[in-house]
Amino acid sequence: MIEVRFHSRGGQGGVTAAKLLANAAFLEGKYSTAFAFYGPERRGSPTVSFTRIDEEEIKVYSQIWNPDCVVVMDPSIMDLVNVTSGMKKGGKILINGPNGDPPSFDGYEVYGVDATGIALDLNLKVAGTPILNTALMGAFARMGIVKLDSARKAIESMFSSSEKNIKAAEIAYDNLRKV
Amino acid sequence: MEVFVSGNEAAARAAKAARPEVIAAYPITPQTEIVETLARYVESGELDSAFVHVESEHSALAACIGASSMGVRTFTATSSHGLMYMCEMVHWAAIARLPIVMVNVNRALGPGWNIWADHTDALSLRDSGWIQFYTSTVQEVYDTVLMAFKIAENQRVMLPVMVNLEGFILSHVMQPLKLVDEEKYREYLGEINIPHALNFEKPHTLGTVIPPDATYLMRYDMKKSISASDLIIKEVEEEFMELFGRRYSSIMEYRCEDADTVFIAMGTIAKEAEAACDYLRERGKRVGVVKIHQFRPFPWEITEIEAEKFIIIDRDYSPGGGGILAQEIKSRLYDENVKKEIVNVIAGLGGKDVSHDMIAKMIDKKGESWWEI
Repeated sequence: MIEVRFHSRGGQGGVTAAKLLANAAFLEGKYSTAFAFYGPERRGSPTVSFTRIDEEEIKVYSQIWNPDCVVVMDPSIMDLVNVTSGMKKGGKILINGPNGDPPSFDGYEVYGVDATGIALDLNLKVAGTPILNTALMGAFARMGIVKLDSARKAIESMFSSSEKNIKAAEIAYDNLRKV
Repeated sequence: MEVFVSGNEAAARAAKAARPEVIAAYPITPQTEIVETLARYVESGELDSAFVHVESEHSALAACIGASSMGVRTFTATSSHGLMYMCEMVHWAAIARLPIVMVNVNRALGPGWNIWADHTDALSLRDSGWIQFYTSTVQEVYDTVLMAFKIAENQRVMLPVMVNLEGFILSHVMQPLKLVDEEKYREYLGEINIPHALNFEKPHTLGTVIPPDATYLMRYDMKKSISASDLIIKEVEEEFMELFGRRYSSIMEYRCEDADTVFIAMGTIAKEAEAACDYLRERGKRVGVVKIHQFRPFPWEITEIEAEKFIIIDRDYSPGGGGILAQEIKSRLYDENVKKEIVNVIAGLGGKDVSHDMIAKMIDKKGESWWEI
């Protein structure tokens, strides 16, 4: 089973990101679940959401305390939250941030993607906020968590205007940086 | 066809498949998605139901009672404080013998405003006369709502049915869901026929003053019907298995053969307990899980579980009484003169996380009642 934990800020689309990833895995014929801890979030406060992917039925509903992969949708969250808390050794960390090296973490594989920049370049916004989750799907595909084609299909099934969102995933796929 | 949806959407899709003539509901977290989804179906023309926008939960169920009294299929959904607000009508619907189907998204009661999962809301209406089911997967939510209409509308039952799913943990989780062929389902469900519905041809009155003897008889009739429902539910579950290939039963056992200890729970905790069971089995422990799917009428089958030790996990609490599920089980065991070692763990109140690790550790607990403090 692969367990992914998303760290985002309220309004950044962390829950949708978890659903997109789980949906892509589902479309590949895997069993997957997506959920979040719904706190009394306000826009901008730190939030967590989760995806589990397995070949068999997933029986576990509890929150993910020992993730294989952590996604940081807003780098400034790392000042507030220990994003590697409970993480399995050798796990993957995907950090959204401008081009250049993301911070390094000993014992983990760290990846960087400029999801914000990609969204702004394509003018992908909801209520003025850049859409990050579709670009992240391209990064997941490059990291081998799901296939790029299932990422495309998941975006199509969840976004009404999917063309630019798929483009965002493809740009992220081509520009993923590994530290 | 398989889709990837939340527990709430599964509930709405099942209600749509049954095509209720009247839906009356009021939004409340974490149930709101159900009402929104159904409203969208009605708005788009996908579902030809009268959607009654009410100003409260009391009115939501009152509207269903009115419509059901005229003989049509009705559906509503609520949660927690909404359920408490409709409490008077909850009892009314059952005593009036109206086959209304309601989905309740289990959520804690305030104060201390808490929007997370807790079974105490629905269990506080255990004595109202509604048939109650508790579910643990998105698929089970969908299938149980489908079966609920068939059970409620059976001529020997004629009682309302409440299908419960835990707030957020199940209402908002996304999981794969296999859909039924709606035409095939509706053919199986058939037309609704409420024999005591109001009728202009043969006018009669509902809810007039009745003497003690008549009231006593009405309750006796309810007793006969809810007792009969136990058998009807089994028949419906058998038919559902034959038509749609998925099997449900009042209690659902997991690796119970040769088990000396079983975890017993309702909802998602029972599913999580299966993961704990697998872990313990790998370490040579003879453990099983019993999931209580049907709470009213309470399943007598629990007395046939052979394990000597019952670890009953309650996501509910009756102050001064204990875990409500544990009380029910103890009462059944006493009726059948069966003795077990019983450990009652109160866990997960107000949506507190209950992990498989925590459940696995419960195996060593002894004595009566435990809180996970």
